[in-house]
Amino acid sequence: MTVLASTEQPVSAGTVIEKIGAGNIVLLVLLVLYPAVASNFFLAQIGAYSLILGMIALSLMLLAGYGGMVSLAQISVAGIAGYTVAVFGLNNSGVHGFGWPFWIVVPFATLIGAVASALIGLISNRTEGIYTIMITLAIATAFFYFTQQNYSLFNGFPGYTGIRAPEFWGVAWRDPLPFYYLCLGFAVVTYAAVLYGSRSTYGLTLQAVRDNPRRMRALGFNVTAHKVVAYFYAGVIAGLAGVLLVWFNGRISPGTINVAAAINVLIIAVIGGMRHPIGPFLGAIVVVLMQTFAIDIVGAERFNTLIGLFFLVIVFVSPDGLLGLWGRIKPHLAQESLRSLR
Amino acid sequence: MSEVSVASRLQGSGAYALELEGIARHFGALVALSGINMRIAAGERRAVLGSNGAGKTTLFNAITGDFLPTAGRIRFFGEDITDLPPHERIRRGLRRTYQISQLFKGLSVLDSIFLACRGVSRRRFSVLRPTSGDVNMVQAESILNAVHLEGDRDALVATLSHGQQRQLEIALALAGAPRFILFDEPAAGLSPTERRDLVAILNALPKHIGYIIIEHDLDVALRVSEHVSMMHNGRLFKEGTPQEIEADPEVQEIYLGGKHG
Repeated sequence: MTVLASTEQPVSAGTVIEKIGAGNIVLLVLLVLYPAVASNFFLAQIGAYSLILGMIALSLMLLAGYGGMVSLAQISVAGIAGYTVAVFGLNNSGVHGFGWPFWIVVPFATLIGAVASALIGLISNRTEGIYTIMITLAIATAFFYFTQQNYSLFNGFPGYTGIRAPEFWGVAWRDPLPFYYLCLGFAVVTYAAVLYGSRSTYGLTLQAVRDNPRRMRALGFNVTAHKVVAYFYAGVIAGLAGVLLVWFNGRISPGTINVAAAINVLIIAVIGGMRHPIGPFLGAIVVVLMQTFAIDIVGAERFNTLIGLFFLVIVFVSPDGLLGLWGRIKPHLAQESLRSLR
Repeated sequence: MSEVSVASRLQGSGAYALELEGIARHFGALVALSGINMRIAAGERRAVLGSNGAGKTTLFNAITGDFLPTAGRIRFFGEDITDLPPHERIRRGLRRTYQISQLFKGLSVLDSIFLACRGVSRRRFSVLRPTSGDVNMVQAESILNAVHLEGDRDALVATLSHGQQRQLEIALALAGAPRFILFDEPAAGLSPTERRDLVAILNALPKHIGYIIIEHDLDVALRVSEHVSMMHNGRLFKEGTPQEIEADPEVQEIYLGGKHG
């Protein structure tokens, strides 16, 4: 009945804008038009790379922001998907490289990443707060050393090189412009899914589990299952990002997924803010810009110092990251416009 | 042995919502409950009074399965539920509220009640947004009215006053067709006006829903219950109508500290 009623209603332009949000539409238009003003370097090294890191941080935001579970192993999940692409697709390292077509490899790698993430969730499920951080950090570290020492599956220290984004529909997707749009497409889909899902039944249960697991149990919910499912969804996002990352770099090795990379994801999410799925992408742009240009300002050796200082300032000034900062400035701007009216 | 347990399973009569037989609970050497026998008819409303540490909340925890009793059997509408896990008891229509509100601070009032309704239905993992016509959403709206929170429908739980949080606590217990509810001090910390509101909410509940209410405030307890059980040091020592309990000299001695005497 209700389904029929809602489909019969004509959807006017006004409700579409209301549903998607004017801010999101403006942002999307800007991102679609960005290649018109950006050089290839800004398209790939800044644009695409920020979107990829933003997606990995988005998977952390889903877990930490909605589920209250801070996992440091999301880069490992992305890495597992990346390694799957290298092993089952093509590489020029002379190890494995089964040459499966991309339309099998990509969903397969994403699924492997998601299952791995769910397993990590299952293991860390009994812990809370700082202990979740510790156990996922331990998993990330163990995985890093395992990839470094295992040659039969992960090809050890050198890892895999020569992994390329596919060509189809007459487009070479590894070229900067198509690759930027490919990343933008994935980022928009995952961002929209998280934004929509946050108000879905499952999204609400996840937030309720974060707020009060005891009461959720008393209401008949299986808290463990809901948490593990959150890890699975986060794994889908991180897995997709891992596929893009390995195409972006053209290679994957233990260095891609080391502890520094794991912490980098957390820094991105914290700088951006974990209240809203746009936060991780904001954080990713800031961190990528700093990583790229700090070398010109403070020298190659000190760019981590600069990022560290910026991180400190953000944590001190606004625990909710750049999003929280915006939330605080917004009312002042509103007052300013009232003053000018007077 | 097994014949006995089958017999005791069948013994329970559907006329009783809740039957407790010899419930005991020990924490190490501490005896929190011992020899609790209680029969509550379907639809009956019972108050449990007793001083702090008398074992009232422990009794609730044993009934809901938050922890198992050391000894004794619990029957719910004739069915032996002593060994069932908490969520199975919830599926059978047993609900509780908490002495200290256990709410979802980051959700809106309506979403909280919606989740409580969804908790006993399927589609708990749905990744679709509920529509306003969703059956659980409609239930949530009507519960919202039943606990007088319709004005705070979309408010964040964290922004509610203490009294409103107590009302929401009751709302969560009303979700999903309860048959019997355990109210753990719902009036704690409420203003006189809010207490009157609470009495009105409880008295307006559908007649088939029975409950046990733990209450320190004798005035509230007497206005929302037909029977009163007195607990002291982990034992039930008196049962009767509110008038009998109020007039009982022993009760006055222990519970009221002889202030009426």
